[in-house]
Amino acid sequence: MTAVTQAVPAIDRETGGRAAALDTDHSSEAVARPIDVEQIRRDFPIFERDFGGQRLAYLDSASTSLKPRTVIEAVDGYNSRYTANVHRGIYTTGEEATAAYEAARVKAAHFMNAPDSHEVVFVRNATEAINLVAYSWGRRHIGQADTMVLTEMEHHANLVPWQLLSQEKDADLEFVPFDGQGVLNQQSFEVLLRTRPKLVAFTQVSNGIGTINPVREMVAAAHEAGAIVLVDGAQAVPHGPVDVVDLGCDFYVFSGHKVLGPTGSGVLWGRRELLESMPPFMGGGEMIREVHLRRTEFNDVPWKFEAGTPDIAAAIGLGAALDYLSAIGMNNVRTHERELTQYALELLPREVPDIRIYGPPSADDRAGIVTFNLPGIHPHDVATLLDRAAVAVRAGHHCTQPLHERMGEAATARASFNVYSGRDDIDRLAAGLRDVQRIFSRQA
Amino acid sequence: MDDLYRDEILEHYRKPHNFGTLPEPDAVQEGSNPLCGDRITLMLGIGASGTIDQVAFTGRGCAISQASASMLTDEIKGKPLAELARLGKDDVLESLGIEISPARLKCALLSLETLRRALAGRVAWQASTE
Repeated sequence: MTAVTQAVPAIDRETGGRAAALDTDHSSEAVARPIDVEQIRRDFPIFERDFGGQRLAYLDSASTSLKPRTVIEAVDGYNSRYTANVHRGIYTTGEEATAAYEAARVKAAHFMNAPDSHEVVFVRNATEAINLVAYSWGRRHIGQADTMVLTEMEHHANLVPWQLLSQEKDADLEFVPFDGQGVLNQQSFEVLLRTRPKLVAFTQVSNGIGTINPVREMVAAAHEAGAIVLVDGAQAVPHGPVDVVDLGCDFYVFSGHKVLGPTGSGVLWGRRELLESMPPFMGGGEMIREVHLRRTEFNDVPWKFEAGTPDIAAAIGLGAALDYLSAIGMNNVRTHERELTQYALELLPREVPDIRIYGPPSADDRAGIVTFNLPGIHPHDVATLLDRAAVAVRAGHHCTQPLHERMGEAATARASFNVYSGRDDIDRLAAGLRDVQRIFSRQA
Repeated sequence: MDDLYRDEILEHYRKPHNFGTLPEPDAVQEGSNPLCGDRITLMLGIGASGTIDQVAFTGRGCAISQASASMLTDEIKGKPLAELARLGKDDVLESLGIEISPARLKCALLSLETLRRALAGRVAWQASTE
């Protein structure tokens, strides 16, 4: 039995510490309830598949999450019962599709406590959301010799778009370093803010090593320095409650496919006045109000940024995913994952000799991500051998090459969790890693 | 799990053959696999008669990429360049003798890919690495 037993999710707001950002609660779903993993797994059809006589131990949720039946049915429902384009059809299914698509937008707004669903732009993923901001807001507001401040732990998605912009505009990029425990150096950040950056962009949770960054404090400091702040929430939204008002940022992005939703769904949230002041990212249908041969009047936000037929099925599926998670309660998700992370941080060093684990030592400062290496064994070999035991982990640089360079590693292996993850998954990981070590120490 | 990495591969990984550098190589080529950070540097000494007289490599990475480089350097040593032209993907996979999943194919073929680039212009390659 793998259910979480703590009755009350701890709220770390008073600590002002690193964990605070994933432990605030804005919603009405505050009932603390342990997660029954076995019951949750029954909602995910993939667990019915036989992997060499075993259930899949899926420990790669930071890459993409598994999908519950309600999400699969929501996508299928649109494709099989009310297929139509949105904002066009003057007929029953067209109106149903539009209503479902816009309802998903309201759900996304509610999920991150956005005050206005018009501030929610549907995109394909977090990468597209960041590119949208870089191209639309960035090209207008970043000029020669302006500074943009990022961190050394960013996913390539929150690095490369800004590199492209800085090259185009001859602007400067600066990076907040992190220490040996994977914690951002706040003194360096303060020093960098003295350059009066135009933009500060950073991740709420590191996808590479799981660090939860002190978003609220960093946003406040960046605003004091006059910067616009974008927060990459791709690894935060799946793991705990997120409140964009409380965080205070200007832009917040996440991917739907990491939060039990379909691939092709993603969200850009931006403060309404900012979105309204921004030029369109892409031109085409849907984003217009009036088109003449030589000029166009653009649609209101958010549709101004949704040129062409969107991924309607994916957006509706994302709405179903957020419903599913809201019913569980994101505080309960956070409690569950913190407990699992704690379990992994205790079990792995005890059961797997010489394992090296990266990132903050306390589960309070981490989302459900445990990154590690076995000395002398490449993580790709680790992942290949674990796969034989139906244990799926990520191996490589996890789209964070600069972070790995900083840690002095070409690659690592990473286990990451979601609501359906249990202690039995981590037990199987530990047993698999012992087998890997045994195979590699075997003498011919 | 045990059958996947047979002893011979682990032996090549632990004690790679031809590991090191040549003082005066006729060809030097680096190769890397950006997905996992596998990296090798291949050095070749080519004799007057058009054979691989000397071969050495350095590198780091997964067992499959490093064992495959070790095996490949054994394979090509002393061979005339003309004979290498027929060397392809299937030969490398046959030497490894284990099941290689599509995701790991790049690791297995890194050394062959690097050899092909090292000898580009000298050898008219026939077999494909695709």
